[in-house]
Amino acid sequence: MDLLDSWALTLIVFLPLVGALVALAIPKEREEAVKQWTLLVSVVTLVLAVVVAARFDFGAAGGFQFEVDLPWISAIGANYHIGIDGISLPLLVLSALVVVLCVIYSWQHWDEPRNPRAFLVLMMILATGMNGTFVALDLVLFFIFFELVLLPMYFMIGIWGDRTMRKIPGFRKEVETRLYAAIKFFIFTLFGSAFMLLGFLALYFKSGSGGQESTFDIPELIARGHLFEGTFAWLVFGAMFLGFAVKVPMWPFHTWLPDAHTAAPTVGSVLLAAILLKLGSYAFIRIAIPILPETARDWAPAIAVLAVIGIIYGSLACLAQTDVKRLIAFSSVGHMGFVMLGIATLTEVGINAAIIGMVAHGLITGLLFFLAGSIHHRYHTREMSRLGGNLKLMPVMGGILGFTAMASLGLPGLAGFWGEFMALLGSYQPLPGLSTSFFRTAMVIGAIGTVLTAGYMLWMLQKVNLGEPSSEWDGKEFHDVDRYEMVAWAPLIVLIVAVGVYPKLVLGVTTDAVVGLVETAFRAVGG
Amino acid sequence: MTRIDWLAIAPEVVVAAALLVVLAVDLFLPRERKYWVAALAVVGTTLAMVPVILMAVSGDNYSMFDGSYVVDDFALVLKGVFLVAGYLVLLISVSYIESDRYYQGEYYLLLLSSLLGSMVLTSARDLVVLFVALELTTGPLFLLAGWRKGDLRSNEASLKFFIIGVLSTGLMLYGMSLLFGLTGELSFDGIREAIAAGGMASEPVLGLAVLLILVGFGFKVSAVPFHFWAPDTYQGSPPPVTAYLSVSSKLAGFVAMLAVIYLALPAVTDFWGPALWLMAAVSMTVANLSALRQSHLIRLLAYSSVAQAGFMLVPFAGGAIAEDGLSEGLGATVIYLVIYAVMNLGAFAVVIAGGRRIGSYEIPDWRGLGSYSPRLGVMLAVFFLSLAGLPPLAGWFAKFVMFRAVIISTGPAGVWLAVIAAVNAVVAFYYYARVVKTAWFDPAPDEIPEDAETGPTGPLSLAMGLALVAVLVVGVFPGLATFFGDAAAALVP
Repeated sequence: MDLLDSWALTLIVFLPLVGALVALAIPKEREEAVKQWTLLVSVVTLVLAVVVAARFDFGAAGGFQFEVDLPWISAIGANYHIGIDGISLPLLVLSALVVVLCVIYSWQHWDEPRNPRAFLVLMMILATGMNGTFVALDLVLFFIFFELVLLPMYFMIGIWGDRTMRKIPGFRKEVETRLYAAIKFFIFTLFGSAFMLLGFLALYFKSGSGGQESTFDIPELIARGHLFEGTFAWLVFGAMFLGFAVKVPMWPFHTWLPDAHTAAPTVGSVLLAAILLKLGSYAFIRIAIPILPETARDWAPAIAVLAVIGIIYGSLACLAQTDVKRLIAFSSVGHMGFVMLGIATLTEVGINAAIIGMVAHGLITGLLFFLAGSIHHRYHTREMSRLGGNLKLMPVMGGILGFTAMASLGLPGLAGFWGEFMALLGSYQPLPGLSTSFFRTAMVIGAIGTVLTAGYMLWMLQKVNLGEPSSEWDGKEFHDVDRYEMVAWAPLIVLIVAVGVYPKLVLGVTTDAVVGLVETAFRAVGG
Repeated sequence: MTRIDWLAIAPEVVVAAALLVVLAVDLFLPRERKYWVAALAVVGTTLAMVPVILMAVSGDNYSMFDGSYVVDDFALVLKGVFLVAGYLVLLISVSYIESDRYYQGEYYLLLLSSLLGSMVLTSARDLVVLFVALELTTGPLFLLAGWRKGDLRSNEASLKFFIIGVLSTGLMLYGMSLLFGLTGELSFDGIREAIAAGGMASEPVLGLAVLLILVGFGFKVSAVPFHFWAPDTYQGSPPPVTAYLSVSSKLAGFVAMLAVIYLALPAVTDFWGPALWLMAAVSMTVANLSALRQSHLIRLLAYSSVAQAGFMLVPFAGGAIAEDGLSEGLGATVIYLVIYAVMNLGAFAVVIAGGRRIGSYEIPDWRGLGSYSPRLGVMLAVFFLSLAGLPPLAGWFAKFVMFRAVIISTGPAGVWLAVIAAVNAVVAFYYYARVVKTAWFDPAPDEIPEDAETGPTGPLSLAMGLALVAVLVVGVFPGLATFFGDAAAALVP
């Protein structure tokens, strides 16, 4: 099993990429073979991830396990350093799982212009980027994986995306939604990550000022945290903040999100919501806070303010939507606001809240986007004014939609509850040194946000699920949830309940790592 | 007494011999067998690699003609790059020149002459050799730019290039004469020592000399504000010549600049540091903003190459600011040059291949390329996105070392330049992505262009394939490229 220990993570990361290359060798016409092959690759990756989780030493979840540290670009001191701890493990498993579900879902759902091989190849490249980001322990490696997800997503949105024409302010002519969304997504993220890279480089050079060799190694940089202080640290945090906040996305960098989510093909939206958004918040927890804890505390109030604005703004924006997919997209802004609020408290409770919030959001919003895609597939519209009575036409799908919406609005007993509840709990008692009254105000506003969330989710349910079907659907046959959809959704439903009833499923893994992180970072200041 | 080491000048001798053979053979070949000339030229450049590799393996340094002509790691690395670039350009040219059907022999003769010039340039260690080599590099290009004699644009390209080339040469020569007058030395080492000994580092006349030389080089590398010739010349020249212009001729300018600045003028950072800082910032910004509005692919690549020149200048400025940034800056520029050469030639190869099929270089005409020719579409995406600097394509590492060389200084000047470069990298992405978008996202035209069967396409495909492999491999294992940087960085005294 030693061999497994040293190879497992590498396989999880690169197996999809190898799978993609092999898939390219399969003739384009043999669609079934391509699908089966991709499914096999993604399932094997998931099995490996589960095996890693099973062999993970939960007693030592605070430290990195399954580590591999090999020289990569020795000239610039970048290493192939990977490993997981309690914080990244749940996200890695989630990522591997969602990819499998996406492959299953797309079995029968192909957006124009079809071409399953190209689509699946892109999805596998995406999987490599996502898994890699969660295990990377070297800043350069992290940067590569962080950027690697952009290209496949760009092509997914651009080629398979929504083809309706839209009038966009600033453009003379109407443009296709997909074209606008794809480039906007890319430009925003790239803008952030360019600055993030500058921040990484600055850390690298500064890390050598203590007489040791400069390094990109994340654990090593954490250990040398004392070298980074003052204006330097403030600027570096700001640079990294730009990169991560765009990805999360935090208000006011969120504007790419509704466009990208709405324009992306169903599977693309699912992957975006379930995994890609997590890369940003994960990076805050993995990189920004432990390496620059002091500065993180200076920045925390600002992050909290933006998070709270995101919560309220996202909810209000949802209430103004007419497109069900766009509504779900905006709900992500609100939910990620809770995640960021949790992170901003810099406490064990808050960061735990953030992680369970990320997992829950991945499960729930992923499922919501699946549902939105399937609804669009049946009705060929996502306008809520034309939908209605869905529960009558398709009882099973309507039921699942109701269930997921409940989970999304944070119903106790389902996964969504814990992230919101604990984030608010964390804000009640933030890290010493942060203004308690300030964070309690944030808590109150956040709590109002939960009410608004319930408001728009119920409003959406009422518009889509309840009432009488519109007369335009009279005499039309609607097939309810099909096999592929059921197989793809069932695990998510089970997990939403499981995490809701027994949050220790996630928290049990993360707590030790989070406690370790907070203690190491803030020990010096009596946190 | 000078002893000539034949191994040391073997690469140049081989290229010169190939050049003469091409000239002679061309006279006796009937028109329909002219492609032998191309084959000879390709063989010549391949053979010239052999001594370069031999010397690289042995690791010896050679110095000849009182130190005017030196073969060290820096020279060897760049000789290799020039040869590879020349090799790729020859491959790209074959089918194009073959289908034009005139003056094939002369074409290869001129191309090899220019290549010879740039190879001598890498070893030049005094002003005279440098000047002669640089002119030998650009002289033949004036003719090549005007290759399509019946085409007015080509005439314009050649004339513009010639006039501006001569102007820049004049300015540079004036600067060099001032430098010689001040120091009484021609060799770089001599100039450096004379400046140090005479305490001349802040002499105003020296500043004037440095600025004039920089203006000259600015024209050669087409940095803003000396770039006006580039778009017209690029667009008017035959595309393979443009490929050569945008890579080898730009590289030659940079090599000359590296040698003069790092060997002769390292102490004069007060003059060239701010000048290059400004040139870098302006080049990136102006060229990128202009590129946003281009609809002609080759014009777009012209502005892109101006912007890339700006990125390549960034490490110079960083080197001037940081304490021991000179070797870092030199290494970064050389790595950037190497990666740029490969990916830009790849981009040109795709553009030429696509242009043959589509019959137009207007970007909208390229719509749907990915759907009817996925191979060209993928190559286009790879090379253009590599130029944009996206990992895991080689271009990311070029940008990475560029940022690294300027962030090392940690002063405000360095940070600001890094920020300007970062914003520019994003702007540049937009126009590269626009081409990819047209090729992949836009629907194919109703009438799909048929593959035109004019001349052999094998060499062109080979060039694309080689560049593709290089871009992907270097992107994943950038350590391969750092070798070039490290070897070159040894130049810094």
